[in-house]
Amino acid sequence: MIAFANLLERLVFTPGRNAKIALLRRYFATQPDPDRGIGLAAVTGELSFAAAKAGLIRDLAAAHTDPELFALSYDYVGDLAETVALMWPAANVNAPPPRLFEVVSTLTTAPKADLPRIVAAWLDASDASVRLALLKLITGGLRVGVSARLAKVALAEMSDGRVQPDDVEEVWHGLAPPYAELFAWIEGRADKPDPAEAPVFRPPMLAHPLEPGDFASLDPTALRAEWKWDGIRVQLVATNAGVRLYSRGAEDISAGFPEIVDAMHARAVLDGELLVIRDGIVAPFSELQQRLNRKTVTPKMMRDYPVAVRLYDILFDGTEDLRALPFDARRARLEAWYAKNRPPRMDLSELIPFASLEYLAILRDGARAASIEGLMLKRGDSPYVPGRPRGQWWKWKRDPLTIDAVLMYAQRGHGKRSSFYSDYTFGLWREGELVPVGKAYFGFTDEELLFLDKWIRNHTTARFGPVREVEKAMVLEVAFDAAQLSSRHKSGVALRFPRIARIRTDKPAADADRLEVLMRLVETAAVQA
Amino acid sequence: MAAEKVHIENMPHPETWLKVTPSGLFCEPGGFYVDPLRAVERAVVTHAHSDHARPGHQAVLATRETLAIMRTRMGEDQAGLSQQALAWGERVRVGEVDVWLEPAGHVLGSAQVAMEWQGSRAVVSGDYKRVPDPTTPGFVPIPCDVFVTEATFALPVFRHPKPEAEIARLLDSVDLFPERTHVVGCYSLGKCQRLVALLRAAGWDRPIYLHGAHVAICDTYAMLGVQLGDLRPATVAQKDALVGAIVLAPPSAIADRWARRLAEPVVCAASGWMRVRQRAKQGGVELPLVISDHADWDELLQTLEDVGAPEVWVTHGREEALIHAAGLRGIRGRALRLVGYGEEEA
Ligand SMILES: [Zn+2]
Ligand SMILES: [Zn+2]
Repeated sequence: MIAFANLLERLVFTPGRNAKIALLRRYFATQPDPDRGIGLAAVTGELSFAAAKAGLIRDLAAAHTDPELFALSYDYVGDLAETVALMWPAANVNAPPPRLFEVVSTLTTAPKADLPRIVAAWLDASDASVRLALLKLITGGLRVGVSARLAKVALAEMSDGRVQPDDVEEVWHGLAPPYAELFAWIEGRADKPDPAEAPVFRPPMLAHPLEPGDFASLDPTALRAEWKWDGIRVQLVATNAGVRLYSRGAEDISAGFPEIVDAMHARAVLDGELLVIRDGIVAPFSELQQRLNRKTVTPKMMRDYPVAVRLYDILFDGTEDLRALPFDARRARLEAWYAKNRPPRMDLSELIPFASLEYLAILRDGARAASIEGLMLKRGDSPYVPGRPRGQWWKWKRDPLTIDAVLMYAQRGHGKRSSFYSDYTFGLWREGELVPVGKAYFGFTDEELLFLDKWIRNHTTARFGPVREVEKAMVLEVAFDAAQLSSRHKSGVALRFPRIARIRTDKPAADADRLEVLMRLVETAAVQA
Repeated sequence: MAAEKVHIENMPHPETWLKVTPSGLFCEPGGFYVDPLRAVERAVVTHAHSDHARPGHQAVLATRETLAIMRTRMGEDQAGLSQQALAWGERVRVGEVDVWLEPAGHVLGSAQVAMEWQGSRAVVSGDYKRVPDPTTPGFVPIPCDVFVTEATFALPVFRHPKPEAEIARLLDSVDLFPERTHVVGCYSLGKCQRLVALLRAAGWDRPIYLHGAHVAICDTYAMLGVQLGDLRPATVAQKDALVGAIVLAPPSAIADRWARRLAEPVVCAASGWMRVRQRAKQGGVELPLVISDHADWDELLQTLEDVGAPEVWVTHGREEALIHAAGLRGIRGRALRLVGYGEEEA
């Protein structure tokens, strides 16, 4: 538990992406099985259990500390688990702190009534940093501040180049803690774990934003165009071992969309957009949002917000891997697969015929439906390559002045909003760190405000007076009128009238925009002092 | 909760002769102040931190080391027109009062001030700590009737880990990020030199680089016989030489442009406040090191026990918790609420 606690403590304070990877890498490289596998599960959010409520910590505090000293301390520290971890009285025990694996296995098997005694003995044997990790782990309050993706990058780095992060992604959902076979493969002691029939996630192919400078180099005859729908990108995986629906961030969202899972009978891996579609009409994103982030779903929700998947691509037909085929060939396979199986709740993304980019530009600007974000352009000869390969796919958004930013700080609003966290400071990536680029306090619906407020309270990592710093995990699509250079902002750029256009719960924070994307939108004519 | 007190017949209670005034604690029969908050005629100074040693006094009584550091910090003319150095345990009579100094273990030269008048004894601790510090002699408990203590870290959440373990964390980070420069925010008097000494004890014999603000006091320490090894000025011009190095800088410098120009700096801070995450996060610190020159909660309570005073006065800090805990031990507590201490160092 000592190494794990140290890892958590350093990750909490480490802003840089590369430094986080180095810390993770060393942890995985130096810790024994099965502890490191449990650590990996904790870091990637696969260890989501709460063995005890905060009440257990309060009771322990009451039994082991003076109430007045506890009250003064809690008032100063502001966090229950941290207060108890810091003020827990030193005990003269000779026992070493528990191992991480031991903690997790004990917590899953021990009767609830024994927990206070067990936890107190662990606390006695630990130092403050281990005690904090323990208490957070036990109450399900572990906030690592690291994306699952970063952990996979760190694992790949351990292999000295033999394994890429996307290779880890491919086997990930076929594995379970403590991941012994994964580590064996990474360390070159065993073959790649064979997900065999497991319905694992395949890293998706992503598009670059189309920029004005790209036009000259594009050959319209080599390109295929589709609408860019305003839903969430999903991967539908069906094998003999089961059916899964994944978000583009590799999160298993099957439980939230049982009707899609039920509709999938034929074996395939499909890439598409999850949308609310009513009588053939795509509803605005805000309707789909009602269905997101739910562990379960009621029949009423399913009736009120009927979802479907608009299919873009086919990665596997049965067990045949089609990813090396060019787009046009995959498209033919997709159409054939669709014609043969006719799955309910799915349709094909239409290919838009066009002769010139000018014509597409007119189409793009003319598309006023809220459910269309713009156009996708894909090379007809593009293989399906995980990640964001250059010169293959482009997204050509209708309104170019939006950025996907990461929520960094939140503050309470004024007037009727004074009890909600409604002022949001958001940032973009620069060299692996987030740089704040602006503040927004409108643009969201009341429901979205409630959602964000709750999320902020549950993901606070620090408080400075009225301001809460949150886990860097919530992506907000921010719309704005213009971007201007500004020497008064740390980022060097100021936004005109920023507002929250959408909450992008589907998007991992690591995929939010980089600062340079915003810098390219700067109006060079309007340079401010 | 009032404790039973054993009085010598006719012994005056210290509150009759040691008084709180706007200028600080005044010893009436001695005609002097202890750590006065403004310029006075006669001052006894516990140690050279700027919140305790103020400039412009007429006469200053302190240890030889404290006087030397005061001269370095404020110049000859501001460090007291007449200076009197006292050796450990050497008694002098000031007015009608016997005065002597014993080590406080806080920084080089730091002393507790013991005062005795008509058989009644009060001890002013100044700032102190109980863990051994290679740069200064350790705290000596003095039995007394009133113990006047600081309370900077007087909450049970403040329990400083072993400084050696914190130094090990720093060296471990240097090992993990050899291409980066570790810059440690620390106060220029005491903490800086203690870090150097702890690093040396941990086997770090490479040069240690100092921000300009730290150089003068390190020189004074060396002059006073505290060996600190190879210290060099850290100028950002030698960015490349500082790759993999440890740089010590004032807390105010670690977050500003100066530090950013170093090679991918790992910003560290050595302070007792680093124990609480929110405090550490506020400063933008990447590696918080809990190393303090003040007594932690356990040391404060241990000290109350060691000096055996039936009454404790708290000069500054979080007196509420300490007075409560003293009460539980049958010791009467009193908050002096002296405003002006605790502004320099932690
Ligand atoms: Zn001091
Ligand atoms: Zn002080």
